[in-house]
Amino acid sequence: MEKTLAIMKQGESGIITRMEGGEEFKRKLRTIGIREGKRVLLVTKQYFGGPVVLKVDGRDTSIGRGMARRIFVDV
Amino acid sequence: MSRGEQCSLPKDMPEGLDPEQRTEELMKAVNVGKSVVFSRLTGAKVITSNYAGTTVDFCQGHIRVGKGKFDIIDAPGTYSLQPTNKSEEVAVEMLKQADIVVIVLDSTNLERNLFLTHEILETGKPAIIALNMWDEAQHLGIDIDQDMLEGALGVPVVPTVALSGEGIKDLVDKFDDARTSELEPTIDEARWINVGTIIKNVQTVTHKHHTMRDRLEDVTIRPLTGIPIAIGIIFLAFWLVRFIGEGLITFVMDPLFELYRPAVMDLSNMLGGSGWLHDMLIGSLINGDVDFLESLGVLTTGLYVPFGMVLPYIVAFYLVLALMEDTGYLPRLSTLSDNIFHRLGMHGYGIVPLMLGMGCNVPGVLATRNLETQKQRFIAATLLAVSVPCMAQIAMIFGVLGSHGPFYIFLVFITLFFVYITIGLILNRIMKGESPEIFLEIPPYRRPVLRTTLKKTWMRVQGFLKEAVPWMIFGVFFINILYTLGFFDLLGQAFSPLMESWLGLPAVVAPVLIIGFLRKDLAVGMLLSLGTLMSPMQLVIAVTMLTMYFPCMATFIVLFKELGLKGLVQAIMVMFIMAATVGGLMRLILIGV
Ligand SMILES: Nc1nc2c(ncn2[C@@H]2O[C@H](COP(=O)(O)OP(=O)(O)OP(=O)(O)O)[C@@H](O)[C@H]2O)c(=O)[nH]1
Ligand SMILES: [Mg+2]
Repeated sequence: MEKTLAIMKQGESGIITRMEGGEEFKRKLRTIGIREGKRVLLVTKQYFGGPVVLKVDGRDTSIGRGMARRIFVDV
Repeated sequence: MSRGEQCSLPKDMPEGLDPEQRTEELMKAVNVGKSVVFSRLTGAKVITSNYAGTTVDFCQGHIRVGKGKFDIIDAPGTYSLQPTNKSEEVAVEMLKQADIVVIVLDSTNLERNLFLTHEILETGKPAIIALNMWDEAQHLGIDIDQDMLEGALGVPVVPTVALSGEGIKDLVDKFDDARTSELEPTIDEARWINVGTIIKNVQTVTHKHHTMRDRLEDVTIRPLTGIPIAIGIIFLAFWLVRFIGEGLITFVMDPLFELYRPAVMDLSNMLGGSGWLHDMLIGSLINGDVDFLESLGVLTTGLYVPFGMVLPYIVAFYLVLALMEDTGYLPRLSTLSDNIFHRLGMHGYGIVPLMLGMGCNVPGVLATRNLETQKQRFIAATLLAVSVPCMAQIAMIFGVLGSHGPFYIFLVFITLFFVYITIGLILNRIMKGESPEIFLEIPPYRRPVLRTTLKKTWMRVQGFLKEAVPWMIFGVFFINILYTLGFFDLLGQAFSPLMESWLGLPAVVAPVLIIGFLRKDLAVGMLLSLGTLMSPMQLVIAVTMLTMYFPCMATFIVLFKELGLKGLVQAIMVMFIMAATVGGLMRLILIGV
């Protein structure tokens, strides 16, 4: 099932299928290693719409909730 | 503490140009150990920390290889050749100037790092690759076939452990083999495909078990456990700073100054106990004895304030900060506090300028370069200048109010806290421009190496001594001259209506506020000598005003450099409006009409 990173639960994991947004946004994510075809683990979500922490290739990254809503994952 | 704080070169550095000289540049993704490699290569001291964005400007050093001499430049890290913030712009700019590029990679994070490598190699610059953090990669069960990587990229590859110096010599030996890669300029998609293929061929990862470190990382970033831990750590950090600072004062600095006292008294007697020179060097005797705080002479207060009162806290603060930086805790704190900072128009990374700013506002303002937009940088820098006291000020706030009890100190800090929040909320509302969300790589926890932690602390302490002490002594000198000329009485008269009616303070405080422009800590010190004239509440107001109303000279200059003239003028307007409002309010609340 495909859902966005923002609605995944703590500890859930899946494969990134697509990202929505401008080219610059997508490029920024990709250069840091978050890109289509990668396995992603949702480490945690901060309270009150705070950032989402995800793990790709064993490395944690914090991204804003708005960004997380635009990253789709097949879980 | 501008550049000196970021990077300092060894004294015996060879100078002068050399026909063989070439420029070498270190470059690669953030937080991969470039600065450690750089200091290994050149012997220059640079600040390194376990989070992205430590280096915000470039730093230059030299190395001799055979008969050739290389200029080496340590640049900030970047993720791509299309910069997203000011320090990445510096990195990309430096690349253009370099003759050879040393690309430093994090071996534990090869795939991410290869994208930028690909981009750099496409530019046709001769390059050489350092596979840094080789020790960690082995520890994590990551094996990289170095020869195959060399074949795929077409440039020399050398594994290094910058921290211990392993492989650095091999790296230097290969400088002459730096080559232009055969990789052709291409589009992002093709790069990714190529990176993917390379990774598949050269890297083997043996499955690793869930370690203690992973568990610690999870516990400290999940809000349920992470927030209480963060609060605990912050309290512990403050407690440690006070504990170490006070300990140094009581057991080291005060006894030293007591040893020094007879010498000053002898000098005082020699000068006849009064006169112009006596006033300048020793100041006024209080009850027939030197009072290091209140005498206000170059050799008494001019030395005691920086060394006896401020230095111990500076040492303590930077030691504790270094621990937070080197373990990699700061990016976690950024994540946990992102929500608050986002409301103030920044994002979680705003905690880095804030923390650095509590040491000294100057590196704090420089750290705002890692924020993406002009709006974020302006807010972060203005908040620092208006409402974040540096360690020198904090030490003096303790000094002035400590004898009246912790409640008064608390009043100052809680006021500054509200000012920080209020200005942030307002500026976020009224300023045009974007406040992008947080986007932050979180490094693994690393065990701080005692030697590097101490070295970094020492570098920053040296920075304080070099920058602050001359100002302090000059300040005391200057005060004496103005005093002799009767300038202070004049000022006092001119400002007395404002002081008395608006802030509820005696007119004699006006000159103190003027001196604050030179050195805030010195000005707070002058307040001490006026202490008897004022109630504790008045002191609270005066100290808070001193913190808020104008940045010290050094901060003023760096604000101008970072924000430009327009930004500086705007920041100062915010400052005056806030200082006047808060001063008036405090007077109403704390003293009454
Ligand atoms: N285990 C290990 N740690 C290293 C090595 N090299 C550097 N480090 C650590 O990695 C962290 C980052 O080092 P820096 O030199 O500050 O990294 P940088 O690439 O200059 O980072 P930015 O300036 O922020 O882009 C520090 O905590 C270093 O102590 C290494 O070879 N092995
Ligand atoms: Mg660096």
